[in-house]
Amino acid sequence: MLTLTGVGKRYPTGDRALTDIELTLPKGQVMALIGPSGAGKSTLIRCVNRLVEPTQGSIRLDGTELTKLSGHKLRHARRSMGMIFQEYALVDRLTVMENVLSGQLGYVGFWRSFLRRYPQEAVVEAFRLLERVGLPHAIDKRADALSGGQRQRVGIARALLQSPKLLLVDEPTASLDPKTSRQIMRLIRELCAERELAAIINIHDVALAQQFADRIVGLRAGEIVFDGLPSELTSEILTTIYGEEDWDTTPEPMDDAVSGDEATNTAPINPPYARVMSSIEAGAAR
Amino acid sequence: MPVSTTPQGQPVWRRRTTRAQWLQYLAWLAGVSLFLLCWKLISDNTMWVFVEDAGRQGADLISRMTPPKWGYANVLWKPMWDTINIATLGTALGIMMAFPVAFLAARNTTPHPLVRSLALMVIVSSRSINSLIWAMLLVTILGPGVLAGIIAIALRSIGFVGKLLYEAIEEIHPTPVEAISATGASRLQVMNYGVLPQVMPAFAGISVYRWDINIRESTVLGLVGAGGIGLQLNASINSLAWDQVSVIFIMIFATVLVSEWISARVRHAII
Amino acid sequence: MSEHARQQAAQRGQWRRLPLIESPRLRWGLAIGAVVYLFLALTSVEVNWARVAEGAGRAVNFLGAFMQPDFVSRYDDIVAGLLESLTMTLTSTVLGVLLAIPVGLGAARNISPLPIYFVCRAIIAVSRTFQEIIIAILFVVMFGFGPFAGMITLAFATIGFMAKLLAEDIEDLDWRQVEAVRATGASWWQTMNHAVQPQVMPRLIGLSMYRLDINFRESSVIGIVGAGGIGATLNTSLSRYEYDTSAAILLIIIAIVLLCEYSSSHVRRWTQ
Repeated sequence: MLTLTGVGKRYPTGDRALTDIELTLPKGQVMALIGPSGAGKSTLIRCVNRLVEPTQGSIRLDGTELTKLSGHKLRHARRSMGMIFQEYALVDRLTVMENVLSGQLGYVGFWRSFLRRYPQEAVVEAFRLLERVGLPHAIDKRADALSGGQRQRVGIARALLQSPKLLLVDEPTASLDPKTSRQIMRLIRELCAERELAAIINIHDVALAQQFADRIVGLRAGEIVFDGLPSELTSEILTTIYGEEDWDTTPEPMDDAVSGDEATNTAPINPPYARVMSSIEAGAAR
Repeated sequence: MPVSTTPQGQPVWRRRTTRAQWLQYLAWLAGVSLFLLCWKLISDNTMWVFVEDAGRQGADLISRMTPPKWGYANVLWKPMWDTINIATLGTALGIMMAFPVAFLAARNTTPHPLVRSLALMVIVSSRSINSLIWAMLLVTILGPGVLAGIIAIALRSIGFVGKLLYEAIEEIHPTPVEAISATGASRLQVMNYGVLPQVMPAFAGISVYRWDINIRESTVLGLVGAGGIGLQLNASINSLAWDQVSVIFIMIFATVLVSEWISARVRHAII
Repeated sequence: MSEHARQQAAQRGQWRRLPLIESPRLRWGLAIGAVVYLFLALTSVEVNWARVAEGAGRAVNFLGAFMQPDFVSRYDDIVAGLLESLTMTLTSTVLGVLLAIPVGLGAARNISPLPIYFVCRAIIAVSRTFQEIIIAILFVVMFGFGPFAGMITLAFATIGFMAKLLAEDIEDLDWRQVEAVRATGASWWQTMNHAVQPQVMPRLIGLSMYRLDINFRESSVIGIVGAGGIGATLNTSLSRYEYDTSAAILLIIIAIVLLCEYSSSHVRRWTQ
């Protein structure tokens, strides 16, 4: 369904973010994209919906060449790709309902959206989605009055209101605690299954990726270095992706360099994965 | 190196290196001589006899200003109403024009860099020229009256509101804007959903603040014929009716205090 | 509408944005009030359309003059006026800032005793309420025509501006740092020098640069009432309808303000 061929991105400063990316994503597949900070994960998914312009290669979604689109056609293409962000990216001063309804912006004209006169079906669907993510009571709350996990649910509802074929998910759990992270990942997973959505999920947390994805792609310095099933991910492969680190032994008690969020991952929710995860974070931090 | 060693081998700490210290002395010397030079120029153009006389003149002025001729206040209600109208209508007109200019001038919302520099030029010229100069210009063009005052205030407000607003726009969080673009929203929709809610409180605050400043400025526009209470002020000064001038001063003082209070209240409510 | 009712309506697909002001009576009251005021205000503006039409030609002349400003024919007047403006700006800013520092310290509630606080706040209020031009009128009467009156005017206005902002700055400075220095046994002066000054200095310099810029702009108008500077030259050229000279003066003012702003942004980055 989504095919990337020879995609590259070079920033005007000369930094190479992506080199020759080849990737095919069939319908309904949930793919996790892992790699150290700065490997180009965010750039890659932003190239797909053209928030970042790729400098070479082609990206095709259901036969449409995305890299050549402009104006009206680009809007059409974007509305079929829902995006979920790391810091939720809600508009703080709008209410939850307005934030969810902004998923319809690709479908309605300017004046309708300006006056907030959305079609009745859109409002029904928006409310249904809010119920699905568990926030029907919050419709009139302002987005900045919600907790992190609730905001991410609103972000998910907004992305789904676009009736997308593909979800682009950028670090959905990076600002959340371990329990909420798992709930959010499970929700994304279930919603993808319900609607047969394909998804690309950028994620730092290797344990979560292994648990919730069908396929894992490892990115290092803008190149794909691993592409396979979660079960195939071994410590040698992690070393090629993230660099030298002792992946199997229990790390020493965390030093201060590891911030609270990451340290809490050592809690006994999921010990084997959690250890892998924290050592990766510690390695990346050094 | 701020830490050096004495001949005895003791480390010595000083705040600056010798070179930096000398440079600083030199900068101070240059500054002070520039100030003295300017002072000299001013004092050459000053009649010191008059300055020595200032104390007596001031006392004389105060004795003529008191007691204020309270009855004169009745003549002032209409000019005061005009003054407030000049400020309010001028502010309204000014912010209407400043709003699009600010969006064109902000780096993250401008359609083209060329448009941006044009918008910045509008803002700079509006800001550099005092509203009194705008009023002088407009009085020669439109004739004396309230209209010239309103337009003068509006023209001056464009720069002020435009500058503060475009800075606010440049400081918004980029992620909500990115998220709204990712839904397939058009350019205007991105402005409406992603940018506008973020800058609205700043915009309202800036507008009220400018209104408060404009009340002050509109009290003097009459000095050059652009309507309002300044006309009466000018007439009273020209006829040396200082007891009327003091009434006008008291009225201006009261109005400005009230407007400042309102503006502070409104800004507080917004935040 | 209650929250529950809104949820039910949303379930059926009927949803409206929350109104900005919740009480409908207040909402409509404000809207009607605004319309009535606008109507009264607009009807009280008297416009002499014949005079405006007559002025249209002048407006065209003026815009034309901007295309070919005349710097030459009043060269001496412009240079003299400009020099006077610049010297006034510099001296008044220096004097004003120096005087504003004690007033600002006195007007900060957290470091000064109550009587001094009230006196300093009163000075600030008076200096801020009146436009520079009104103060200039009084000082011209007292000190006679010329740049001296202008300089005193601008210095006086600078005191109010700087002292208010300085006082606010001191009021929200980080008190823990002050306590830490005080805990070492420092005297009042030492506390000022080691805890307060480092915290407020960068902003004080930034504000002084900003005020320099404002003072220059103001110095271009107080000449209208005889307090020296380029304003007098500009006023004369406008009343003689010598628009090309006025345009030249305005362009010079804009250029100098731009230069001021550009250099002050550099100075601010440097002191930060």
